[in-house]
Amino acid sequence: MSDRIFGAVGLCLALFYGWATLQIQESFLSDAVGPKTFPLVIAVILGLASLVILLRPDPDPVWPSLARLAEILAAVVVMILYAEFLPVVGFLIATAFASAYLTWRLGTGPLQSVVVGVATSIGIYVIFKLVLGLSLASGPFGF
Amino acid sequence: MDTLMSLADGFHTALTFENLLLALLGTFLGTMMGALPGLGPSNGVAILIPLAFTLGLGATPSLILLTSVYYGAMYGGRISSILLNIPGDEPAMMTCLDGYPMAKKGLAGEALSLSGIASFVGAFIATWGLILLAPQLVKFALLFGPAEYFALFALAFATLGGVSSTNQAKSAFAAMLGLGLSVIGVDTQTGVPRLTFGEVHLYDGLDFLVAIVGLFALSEVFIFLEHRHGSATGAGHKVSVGRITPPWKMVKETTPTMLRSSLLGFVAGVLPGAGASLGSFISYSMEKKLVDRKNTFGTGDPRGVAAPEAGNNAAAGGALVPMLALGVPGSGTTAVLLAVLLSLNITPGPLLFQNNPDVVWGLIAALFIANFMLLAMNIPMVGIFTRVLMIPPRILMPIVAMVSFVGIYGISGSSFDLLVMIGFGVMGWLLRKLDVPLVPIILGTLLGNTMENNLRRAVTISNGDYWTLVGSPLAIGLWTVAIVGFILPLFLSRFVKARMHERGDDEGAISD
Repeated sequence: MSDRIFGAVGLCLALFYGWATLQIQESFLSDAVGPKTFPLVIAVILGLASLVILLRPDPDPVWPSLARLAEILAAVVVMILYAEFLPVVGFLIATAFASAYLTWRLGTGPLQSVVVGVATSIGIYVIFKLVLGLSLASGPFGF
Repeated sequence: MDTLMSLADGFHTALTFENLLLALLGTFLGTMMGALPGLGPSNGVAILIPLAFTLGLGATPSLILLTSVYYGAMYGGRISSILLNIPGDEPAMMTCLDGYPMAKKGLAGEALSLSGIASFVGAFIATWGLILLAPQLVKFALLFGPAEYFALFALAFATLGGVSSTNQAKSAFAAMLGLGLSVIGVDTQTGVPRLTFGEVHLYDGLDFLVAIVGLFALSEVFIFLEHRHGSATGAGHKVSVGRITPPWKMVKETTPTMLRSSLLGFVAGVLPGAGASLGSFISYSMEKKLVDRKNTFGTGDPRGVAAPEAGNNAAAGGALVPMLALGVPGSGTTAVLLAVLLSLNITPGPLLFQNNPDVVWGLIAALFIANFMLLAMNIPMVGIFTRVLMIPPRILMPIVAMVSFVGIYGISGSSFDLLVMIGFGVMGWLLRKLDVPLVPIILGTLLGNTMENNLRRAVTISNGDYWTLVGSPLAIGLWTVAIVGFILPLFLSRFVKARMHERGDDEGAISD
């Protein structure tokens, strides 16, 4: 069943891709092939591959339980928040929070997670910023 | 003679303090990444690319760092295979079969040192193979025009899914997805924006580094979150290594095995779509057929340890041949290495050997040096790496995630790229669940523009005549191989893949 859904989604993607390609404004100065041909070929093969997946599906993979799925979703949300807040609060604080969260969710005790998170953050900061001189996001406090 | 001269020049390039230091760092990090389950050569190299990039390393030093990681990971994978029966990376899967039984018999130290020597032999022979074969391939590639290059890329995609994927439709899907993503951005020939939907960030295209790190490194984090096998590895195992020099007799016994497996692995590596996992797999299977008269394979036979290790290290070297000589990588990690070259504005292929001989030969010389470093690191100092195995994934994986973020942020300094990377991470997780190979996606995003440019150049030269694409015997030959390469696995792969998958790993792991 998963593959049938996947194939159907792929087919929609191919159609959308083909439609989006046709929306490309062609320039008056174009080469013999033009900017549309290659993406159109891609859309066609993408569609065919999706059709085959739809019609001849593989056995279903083992999907995680709803709880685990929520877990992954939560991690994605945390990562998005991390990306958004990184320039605002600075590298050290954002990274400490994010890695403490991930460590905690992967099965470390809460208190230990905080320690590990802070240590990870400081460790990366020391290695990458102080030793290697990489530019990391610096927040209002300069770190 | 010419070759030896170039090689001498290469050593001249490689033997600077900076390059030696980078090789040492690379081999150390590589062995560590190989040893840690969950971090393999391709995601290991992927995480380090942004670093090499933001550190402002030149082409030769970056390549030396990253290929040392690649070679190192091939060495390191065996450590956890032997000690914990968990492959440190995919190519080391076959090493579990005899390595772990040897360790259970109390021969862990012997197994480790023997496999270290086998790795050395494999990598050493493969590096010589690279020296001999790559220049020949370059001469051949000089005959290629745009139409032939287009056919060559088609061949690469057609065979990439090849033996390592069970479902050709899915690898075709992956390749098209990658090519489709590469189209996004301003068209290089006419200057019109394509598929950008008015988003300014997309005008210069998706950065393939973002895609690579997201697909390879972040998806691994999600896999771990899904299973939360945080304490499954490392903890609770008591690792005792014992003596770490192999008995001379054992080395002598396994020498023919090592040589045969190295050659076979090298060939497997050169072929498109194969890579190191297949190299170790066929080396082991062939050795089992050839010399396993008393049915000792699988019960701790030293030859069963030497064969896959020599095979996968040789395949790693072999996989560099098409990547350097043709610009068409045949495996996941070489695709990632290609990304490095492209970001440094160096186009691999025949011109690389003419225009930047210092890069090529410096790299090759560095591989020799790195290989000796690895031998030293992996036999007397293997104890350090066995301790690394004690780091549980629940602490390691967040570090991987954070380093990925740091690397990508370091390149662009924009939150937008981080969001795109998270998107790719989720996509990678989903596609791995559905058993869609990730390597064609990467290869598509990398090669898409070049492929399209070659197509348009070929057709423009012939005034809009599409038949030019099959206009030369060489092009026809390449298309034939492409078609056969796509169709043949439909019949063969079920067999090979089924046997490769007998050894656990249901996650459709990233191939090497």
